[in-house]
Amino acid sequence: MKETLQSWLPRLVLAPSFLLILFFVYGFILYTGYLSMSDSRMLPSYGFVGLDNYEKLWKLRHWTGSLKNLAVFGTLYIAICSVLGLLLAIFLDQKIRIEGMLRPIYLYPMALSFIVTGTAWKWFLDPGIGLEQTMHQWGWESFHFDWIKSRTHAIYTVVMAAVWQSSGFVMAMFLAGLRGVDPDIIRAAEIDGASRARIYWRIIIPMMRPVFLSAFVVLAHLAIKSYDLVVALTGGGPGKATELPATFMYSYTFTRNLMGIGASSAIIMLIMIFSIIVPYLYAELKTDRAS
Amino acid sequence: MRQSDTLPEARSSGAAVVQRGFNWQRIVLYIILLLFAVYYLLPLYVMLVNSFKPLAEIRGGDMLALPGTWTTAPWASAWSTAQIGVQATGLKPYFINSILMVVPAVLISTVLGALNGYVLTKWRFRGHGVVFGLLLLSCFIPFQIVLIPMARMLGLLGLAGTTWGLVIVHVVYGLGFTTLFFRNYYEAFPTELVRAAQMDGAGFFRIFFRILLPSSGPIIVVSVIWQFTNIWNDFLFGASFADVDSVPMTVALNNLVSSSTGVKEYNVHFAGAVLAALPTLIVYVVSGRYFVRGLMAGAVKG
Repeated sequence: MKETLQSWLPRLVLAPSFLLILFFVYGFILYTGYLSMSDSRMLPSYGFVGLDNYEKLWKLRHWTGSLKNLAVFGTLYIAICSVLGLLLAIFLDQKIRIEGMLRPIYLYPMALSFIVTGTAWKWFLDPGIGLEQTMHQWGWESFHFDWIKSRTHAIYTVVMAAVWQSSGFVMAMFLAGLRGVDPDIIRAAEIDGASRARIYWRIIIPMMRPVFLSAFVVLAHLAIKSYDLVVALTGGGPGKATELPATFMYSYTFTRNLMGIGASSAIIMLIMIFSIIVPYLYAELKTDRAS
Repeated sequence: MRQSDTLPEARSSGAAVVQRGFNWQRIVLYIILLLFAVYYLLPLYVMLVNSFKPLAEIRGGDMLALPGTWTTAPWASAWSTAQIGVQATGLKPYFINSILMVVPAVLISTVLGALNGYVLTKWRFRGHGVVFGLLLLSCFIPFQIVLIPMARMLGLLGLAGTTWGLVIVHVVYGLGFTTLFFRNYYEAFPTELVRAAQMDGAGFFRIFFRILLPSSGPIIVVSVIWQFTNIWNDFLFGASFADVDSVPMTVALNNLVSSSTGVKEYNVHFAGAVLAALPTLIVYVVSGRYFVRGLMAGAVKG
C-alpha cells in the first residue's frame, strides 16, 4: 500500500498544476475557439455560425489596419532592437572598465511596467510640453517633432518607446553569446592578418546566429502581445493609427460588445504566436535531449 | 542551451581583437557607450526631476532643468489625494491592492513551480515530456485568448473583481515560467544523491526538503523576482478583472494619467509613475543579477 502511494506521489503532486494548465490554458483556448464560431455579442452565446466572424473580421478596416500597424511596428522593433543590442554588446565586450556600471543602466527599463514607460514617453514626445518645448526653450525655435499626434507617424513613437524598453535585454543576450566565443578562433584570424571589423563581420557575427534566432522569437512574441504600451502611450490613436491586434481584441470584445469577432481576432493572434514559438520550442527541446 | 550563470565578466572575446595604439578609438567607444547610458537614463531622470517641480514650472518649458523651487506636494498628492477614477484617494489603496495580490501569487506559483520541477527531473514518468511541453507553451500564449472564459470562470467561482481572483489568474499563468526555472535548475542537480537517499529509505518529500531545497536558494530568488516583476507590472489582467477594491497599481496609474477631467497635473503623474515603478526598480537594483538570469532563462529554453 505504502509502495503504491510512493510511486503515485510524484504524479499526484504534479497533477494540480497540470490540471490547472489543461483547463485554464488549453480548455480556455478551445472555448474561445468555439466562441469565435458563435453568435456571441455582449455575452457568450452558443449559436453556431461557422466562419462568419472570421469573414467579418477580415472585412474590417479596423482589423486589417491593426495588422498593418503590427507589421510596421514588429519589423522595426525587432530590427532596431537586434542591431542596437548587437552593437552595444560588441562595444561593451571590448574590455570596458565601467562595464559593470553600464550594463545595469542599459537593462533597467526591462524591469519597468509598460504603463510607466508609456507615461514617460507620452509626455516626452508631447509637442506642447516635452522635447519640442524644451528645444524651443533652448533657442532652437524651428524644432518640430509631433509624430505622436500624426496619423502617419504615431506608430513610430510606439517603436521608439518599445525599443527603449527592450534593447538592453537584447544586448544582454548578445553579450552572453559573445562571451561564449572561443578566443582561439579570433587569435588565429588575427595571425592571418584579418582586420578587427572583418573578424567581427565574417567570423563572430555569423556565430551569433542562435542568438539572433532567440532574440527574434522573444521580440516577435512580445510585439504580437503588445498592449499596455499602446494603451498608455497613444490609446490606439490618433484615430486608429496605433491600434494593434491586442487592442483591437479588447475593444471589440469589451467595449463594442462583438464578442464573436473579438474571439476570432484572439484566435488569429494565437496562431501567429504559435507559428513562431512552437517550431522554436520543438527544436530547442530536441537538441536538449540530444545533448 | 543551458544558462548556468548570466554573463561571465572575466573573459572578453573582443579583448583579443583590441589593438594597442588607437587610443582615440577607445575614447570614441567610451563616448558612445556613455551616450547610450544617458539615453536609457533620460526618461527616468525627466520623471524624477519634474515630479519635484510646481506645475507652473513644468509648463514653463525646460524639462531637463532642475526644479527652481523644490516641492514634495506632487508626491503627497499622488500618494494620498489625487483623483483616481471617481475617488480622490491617491494611489495608496491601489499600492496596497497590488501588494495583497502579488505576495500570495508569487509564493504559491513559486512553491508549485519548485515541486513541478522536482517531479519533472527526479521522478520522471511516461509522458513527462508532454506535460513539460504543455506547461512551457502556456508561457507564450497571448492572454487575449483567455480573457473571455476567465471572466466567466471568475464569475462562476464568485471571485469576479476580487484580489483572490487575480491571485488565481497570476498563479495559473505564471506556473509555466516557475516550472521552467526549477526544472532547468534541478536538471543539473546530481540524480545519484537522490537515488542514494532513496536507498536509505527517504521518501519523496523528505528528499525534496532535505536534499534539493537547501541548495535551491539562487533559483528561488530568480523565480520570486521574475514573478514579482511580472505580476506587479501586469496591466491587462488588472484592467480586465479587477473591481473597485482590487484595482492594482498599474491600472490606477493609467487612470490617473489618462483622466480627462480638470487640469493635467504632470508633476503628480510623474510622482505616481515613479511610485508604480519603485518596487520593481528596488528589486532590480538589489538583485539585478537574478532578474537578468530569469530573463535569459525565459528567452533561451533549456
